[in-house]
Amino acid sequence: MDSISLTIPELRQKLASGALRSREVIDQLASRIEAVDPKLKAYLHVDADKARAEADAADVSLPLGGVPIAIKDVINVKGDPCTCASKILEGYVSPYDATVITKLREAGAVFLGRTNMDEFAMGSSTENSSWGTTRNPWDLDRIPGGSSGGSAAAVGGHEAFAALGTDTGGSIRQPAALCSCVGLKPTYGRVSRYGLVAFASSLDQIGTFTKTVEEAALLLEVIAGHDPRDNTSIDRPVPKYTHSLHQGVKGLRLGVPKEYFIEGIDPEVEKAVRDAIEEYKRQGAEIVEVSLPHTQYAVAVYYIIATAECSANLARFDGVRYGKRTQNPKDILDMYGRTRAEGFGAEVKRRIILGTYVLSSGYYDAYYNRAQKVRHMIAEDFRLAFEQCDALLTPTSPTPAFKIGERTADPLQMYLADIFTIAVNLAGICGVSIPCGFTGNKLPIGLQIIGPKWGEETMLRVAHAYEQATPWHKEKPPI
Amino acid sequence: MTATAPLTAADYEVVIGLEVHCQLKTNTKMFCGCKNEFGGASNSHVCPVCLGLPGVLPVPNEEAIEKTILTGEMLGCEIATRCKFDRKNYFYPDMPKNYQISQYDEPLCLGGAVTLDLLAYPKDAQKDESTVADKPIRLVRIHLEEDVAKSFHFEDGTSGIDFNRAGTPLMEIVSEADMSTPEEAFAYLSALKQILVYGGVSDADMEKGQMRCDVNISIRPRGQKEFGTKCELKNLNSISGVRRALKYEIARQIDVVTSGGTIQQQTRRWDDDKGETTLMRVKEKAHDYRYFPEPDIQAVRTDHGLYERAKARMPELPAAKKVRLASVYGVSAYQAGVLAADAALADYFEKAAASKPANGAAVANLLLNDFLATATGENPLPALAPHYFAELAELAASGQINSKQAKEVFAQMFVTGKSPETLVKELGLAQVSDVGALEAFCDQAIAANPKSVADFKAGKMNAVNALKGQVMKLSKGTANPQLVGDILVKKLSS
Repeated sequence: MDSISLTIPELRQKLASGALRSREVIDQLASRIEAVDPKLKAYLHVDADKARAEADAADVSLPLGGVPIAIKDVINVKGDPCTCASKILEGYVSPYDATVITKLREAGAVFLGRTNMDEFAMGSSTENSSWGTTRNPWDLDRIPGGSSGGSAAAVGGHEAFAALGTDTGGSIRQPAALCSCVGLKPTYGRVSRYGLVAFASSLDQIGTFTKTVEEAALLLEVIAGHDPRDNTSIDRPVPKYTHSLHQGVKGLRLGVPKEYFIEGIDPEVEKAVRDAIEEYKRQGAEIVEVSLPHTQYAVAVYYIIATAECSANLARFDGVRYGKRTQNPKDILDMYGRTRAEGFGAEVKRRIILGTYVLSSGYYDAYYNRAQKVRHMIAEDFRLAFEQCDALLTPTSPTPAFKIGERTADPLQMYLADIFTIAVNLAGICGVSIPCGFTGNKLPIGLQIIGPKWGEETMLRVAHAYEQATPWHKEKPPI
Repeated sequence: MTATAPLTAADYEVVIGLEVHCQLKTNTKMFCGCKNEFGGASNSHVCPVCLGLPGVLPVPNEEAIEKTILTGEMLGCEIATRCKFDRKNYFYPDMPKNYQISQYDEPLCLGGAVTLDLLAYPKDAQKDESTVADKPIRLVRIHLEEDVAKSFHFEDGTSGIDFNRAGTPLMEIVSEADMSTPEEAFAYLSALKQILVYGGVSDADMEKGQMRCDVNISIRPRGQKEFGTKCELKNLNSISGVRRALKYEIARQIDVVTSGGTIQQQTRRWDDDKGETTLMRVKEKAHDYRYFPEPDIQAVRTDHGLYERAKARMPELPAAKKVRLASVYGVSAYQAGVLAADAALADYFEKAAASKPANGAAVANLLLNDFLATATGENPLPALAPHYFAELAELAASGQINSKQAKEVFAQMFVTGKSPETLVKELGLAQVSDVGALEAFCDQAIAANPKSVADFKAGKMNAVNALKGQVMKLSKGTANPQLVGDILVKKLSS
């Protein structure tokens, strides 16, 4: 039987009953990847033999026993390449497991391959990958979103049951919306970042791509929790997210921020989201209008804080200890300069230069310090909004997937792809994107549900209620 | 003399400030679980974190934070109520991440001072009238950061990096420019080291690089308020080297200005073998380190336990110890000072003297006069159990051996490792104080020396000494000389 379109709970049942062996699952998935990935280019690296060996050894009684998970190329898996889709890490093999990988291993998961992304997670289309652009499984001429475009395309294109991604300003939710999957960005500090190659340390968070909300809840139960190796991870109990999914939204108050329905938003996207709001009303939720007045500054604040942090985080890629080193440098400065000039792509360089600039003596107060202050105001907006409601409903992306090459010439246009997702990272709260319909061209549209800090339980419950009442998540891509 | 008369060397005063980096003695490194250990094969104490591999995160070492707070407490600093780290950005091959996790605008400790005890000065300067005892050298700040790796340059033109040192907890202790002589700089480093060792904070061995020092030095005409142009001295590998380097550099700078030149802001390297400083680089533009708060580490309150735990580590400080040793053990103020100067020596002394504090002075004499006078190396300790000193002091104090014998036993116990009591028995040294035995020797001596007896009886009191010498000879030096004298006088007078 063909397992590739099963959900994880369905797959687990078949594995547990013996109807399917984990190795067969890998075989079927590997064939699917072989058939489809030359077109999608979701994966950078697939090691089916290793996955088969792991599958043979997997204990199927575990929560993810024998279930293969695709991993974004920015999370370290011992013995696997970890290039962050950058030439500067070409050939680099990780000597250790990220904490999320350790947790997934302990839960019985198997690792089949590594997914494409924008270089160092900087981008919204996967066009910034050094290894080629991933395609949208719903329209191969379009981008899958980014930066976790490979993970989104793999799950959306049924090349993976689930995938890990990372979300710094929308890098999980935006591609999930564009590829019609469920993309979960947990609260900052909920999931350990140890082993995630940092882009912007105060914004990065690991999350999941799945076909359904239930799977997202299941995976979060496994990967969440305090990690002594991550000083920013928080020591709080991890709820059984799967247990509260079915409670419905009756009596919940859902906020609709007025600033999120702006001019320039695609009318089909707006309509789909408005329809989703109506659906919640129908299910008994109270809809309240809220205001997030500082949202308009979120993109500007983000591109100061994220670039400042990345300018330091990416300083270690210097050719001294690992990764790429230029040929025949004449001295150490020449080695640094040429290694980095040859190793980094244009967007990464743009952000390092921006970040270096905003931290420079004389500019620090005007940019970095000021941005931090506005960041606190953005967080305060959300705190006040959540005094009036349990979760927020917004579009995930202002537009459906755009054409490859359409925005590469204009970084600002590209940055606006994350206009609805960025503030969530700045505030350190949680968000999830779920399928909420298609455009006339059959391009997926995403609904973003935003929860307060540690509000994943209610947020996933809200997401589940909509998903169960709508057909979108069951639609299959043409590929 | 006209107002424009050229200034001479005597018209200049010296301004010195020190920046000391000190490795903390902790079980593990600053931000990872690697052992914090000096030595070991190259790159044997490393992990993904201290190598700065992609994806790793730092977790601050609480022991290091505590020990930095303790240092601040010992030096009278104001302790920050929160511990916050920053990133200091610069590219260097020995820096794994190309940024150093340090503290910028919120150092753990502010202010404080190091007091220059007279004994902290070089020996020759202690006797110098111009030496200012108990001068306080104010501190600007103490902050906590991570040490970098070590680069090696090989003969074939290649280089290697040993990351064992990378990530070692490091305190930076910055003084005000309060020192005005090389001797004060020497005393500052000695006194600082003493405190650090006292607190168990660091072994502060400059030769092992556990304590490193950059010196800022300038000169200015006496009475001038503004500082002169400063030079920074590097490659100072011992406390006495700092003194030598400063002596040279002061002479150089005075020579420059008195011969009509001006001082250029420079970094100069001290060559201890040649005894000179040489130009490393002329001051370039100030480096922009682009500090910003370290996003991987949460700032933590120090007043929620860290400070209390640091205070619980507070040792008795040298000044207090000096007073206590003098009062409890009856040692002289000088001896108390010498003992208190070295926490390990003072501990050793107390172990030796604890059983009988009344013998304290005798134990101190043995330790300071007999042992320390001949010992070599930095801060030597006897390689013997402290109770040997207690035993030896008691044997002498109770008159069982005389002082000459005590010296012999002292020497032998170091050679053989045997206890003083064992040695006294084995060498037959026990001083004979048995009156019966001594009377027999005295009778023998009187019988054999009629002339001395006659002299004594004729009023020559000194004649008794000749007889005493005979008794000592007969007893092979074991007789208690005082008792012998008493017995002889009694016998001759009867």
